[in-house]
Amino acid sequence: MSTATEITHYVVPFKLHRLEQGPNLQVKCTRDEAMKYYKQMRTIRVMETTASNLYKSKIIRGFCHLYSGQEAVAVGMEAAITLDDSVITAYRAHGWTYTRGVSVKGVLAELTGRHTGCALGKGGSMHMYGKNFYGGNGIVGAQIPLGAGIAFAHKYRDEDSVCVALYGDGAANQGQLFEAFNMAKLWDLPAIFVCENNGFGMGTSAERAAASTTYFSRGDYVPGIWVDGMDVLAVKEATRFAKSYALKNGPIILETATYRYHGHSMSDPGTSYRSRDEVQEVRQTRDPIGKFAELATSSGLLTKEEIKKMDDEIKKEVATAAEQAKTDPELPPEELYTFIYKNPPANTRVRGCDDTIWAATK
Amino acid sequence: MSSFLVSPVTVKMATLCKTIRSATATASKLSQFSRLLSTTPRCNVQMAVRDALNSAMDEEIERDEKVFLLGEEVAQYDGAYKVTKGLWKKWGDKRVLDTPITEMGFAGIAVGAAMAGLRPICEFMTFNFSMQAIDQVINSAAKTFYMSAGQVPVPIVFRGPNGAAAGVAAQHSQCFASWYSQCPGLIVASPYSSEDCRGLLKSAVRNDNPVVFLENELIYGTSFEVSEEALSKDFLVPFGKAKIERTGSHVTLVAHSKAVGLCLEAANELIGQGVECEVINLRSLRPLDDQTIIESVMKTNHLVTVEGGWHHCGIGAEVVALIMESQAFNYLDAPVLRVTGADVPMPYAKSLEDLALPQVKNVLTAVKKSLNIS
Repeated sequence: MSTATEITHYVVPFKLHRLEQGPNLQVKCTRDEAMKYYKQMRTIRVMETTASNLYKSKIIRGFCHLYSGQEAVAVGMEAAITLDDSVITAYRAHGWTYTRGVSVKGVLAELTGRHTGCALGKGGSMHMYGKNFYGGNGIVGAQIPLGAGIAFAHKYRDEDSVCVALYGDGAANQGQLFEAFNMAKLWDLPAIFVCENNGFGMGTSAERAAASTTYFSRGDYVPGIWVDGMDVLAVKEATRFAKSYALKNGPIILETATYRYHGHSMSDPGTSYRSRDEVQEVRQTRDPIGKFAELATSSGLLTKEEIKKMDDEIKKEVATAAEQAKTDPELPPEELYTFIYKNPPANTRVRGCDDTIWAATK
Repeated sequence: MSSFLVSPVTVKMATLCKTIRSATATASKLSQFSRLLSTTPRCNVQMAVRDALNSAMDEEIERDEKVFLLGEEVAQYDGAYKVTKGLWKKWGDKRVLDTPITEMGFAGIAVGAAMAGLRPICEFMTFNFSMQAIDQVINSAAKTFYMSAGQVPVPIVFRGPNGAAAGVAAQHSQCFASWYSQCPGLIVASPYSSEDCRGLLKSAVRNDNPVVFLENELIYGTSFEVSEEALSKDFLVPFGKAKIERTGSHVTLVAHSKAVGLCLEAANELIGQGVECEVINLRSLRPLDDQTIIESVMKTNHLVTVEGGWHHCGIGAEVVALIMESQAFNYLDAPVLRVTGADVPMPYAKSLEDLALPQVKNVLTAVKKSLNIS
């Protein structure tokens, strides 16, 4: 039996850049919230592990960048925004696709390229979309000006919404980020720029790529906050603060200190540039799901049995979705030629690989 | 071939009447002639290309509150080439925005705004600078509708001057028609006349797909006759439909943008030799109106393409290929020939620059070679 309906959790202090006051160091969490956050993080973890196995069986092809270890960022941020806010991220997008409302099946079937995938199998791992979720972007850094543009649209239409635009420590050195920060600040765009700092841009450590690794301060005139990205409640509170700030004052940067267990992608074992011991240590001492489960159970918010029950349900849900992702068919051949243009004229024909192939489109 | 039997002077006058009635005037020389002939229609309004573009944008900004314009110097400076003159004064900061000199950033912001439902017109001061932003044009704007299986349309217009100007040398003179036309997911327009500019730009703004709108700085100041219809606020020119600027039966000349004017000049000179050119103004590069070209070639049996850009993988190369693959191939009496820019980066010195860009004489050379005349 759980003994608490609400707890107060003390987070690791935030670091502030150009801010007099920051988010609260005490964060409340109710039973319902705890169940939700645990379930979401755990689902992402199991989903990504399943994706990893599907990739090794060669059922998923191409690039596959897994989010395992970083779950607290997506789940924590999502907890402080609504589906009327927008999110755009880079290619490590499966976790975000899920928190934005796409089902596990929608994610896995997209990874396996089936028509039941969230982009009908036309996008794949790096190009998943949902309502107010703009992917899934393959070109490092390109999503940041896009995110500023989405924030621009929110402001243009007088909406009370922010755009959360995420990037990694590797992308943090891209020039177009600074171009976006400049315009966001000039025009007071309601944008929350989030650096998911997992310590590595592919195989290059943050220290080897960046002259300054205090990513939360690199917006210069844009205020920033450093957050412990392994603590879902800290991320939630920082996001709550950031959204409120952005709607009133314009852009703000969050740097979430996080970690990825897998390599950069499934092509990278992830052990040539860091030791297995390091990865193990993080898993054992800083795992976001483990830490949160411990917090929830030790404080009496959730019981171990409730956690086990959720684990079992999630395992079943993901396994069922994986089966369907393996057996659902791909789109039929004529769909190669669709969704190139919106509302193309009726007589439009698309050329195939030789001049006898002229396909209809829509 | 019967025109060879008629005196050159009669042919010239008759052809001029036909030209003026059926095509937009291309130079003041011709409109002088039009005053002398009692059979010509009432004169329409003269409109400069920059005013055509300006009025099109003004009307579209008025029509749809989601439309806005951004770019370097478009607002308070009235536009580097004065194309956006008066728009900021009329519509203010919300609808007309000056950006910093950060193409990749502001093009990305424009694309993001379009993804989120607005309808931006993003100006590149020249398309040479679009190279800094080309990833956003291609990978973000052109491909997202496809990658998202139709969930995220990108209704954006990228516009600005393309190709050679005058004396601006190599980094400021490149033609990007081929580069952008190659990519599925983009619509690419290359207007010539004021009517083209009005109708195509309005279509571009109203289209739900990313449109690359290639203007030409050297004809911003040129005035063309525009019909009453073209002045209407809902005047739209469809994409993928070329315009026959001048009918003829001996050889087809296909061009886009400023080169259309070059073809019309060459056509006028060739009248003196009894050669009647059919001049096709492509207007759209993607989709390309292959049908109009094919039908014309089936009539004239000779084809010369004319463009300002380089020959290698150029628009002319695409036209040659499509003719080879079409039924028009069987109607060719000579191979298709291309007239293009010289295969060099643009030099500065005037005499060299003149040699780098196609002139009337190059078109005459190609036509005569095609027709096997001297």
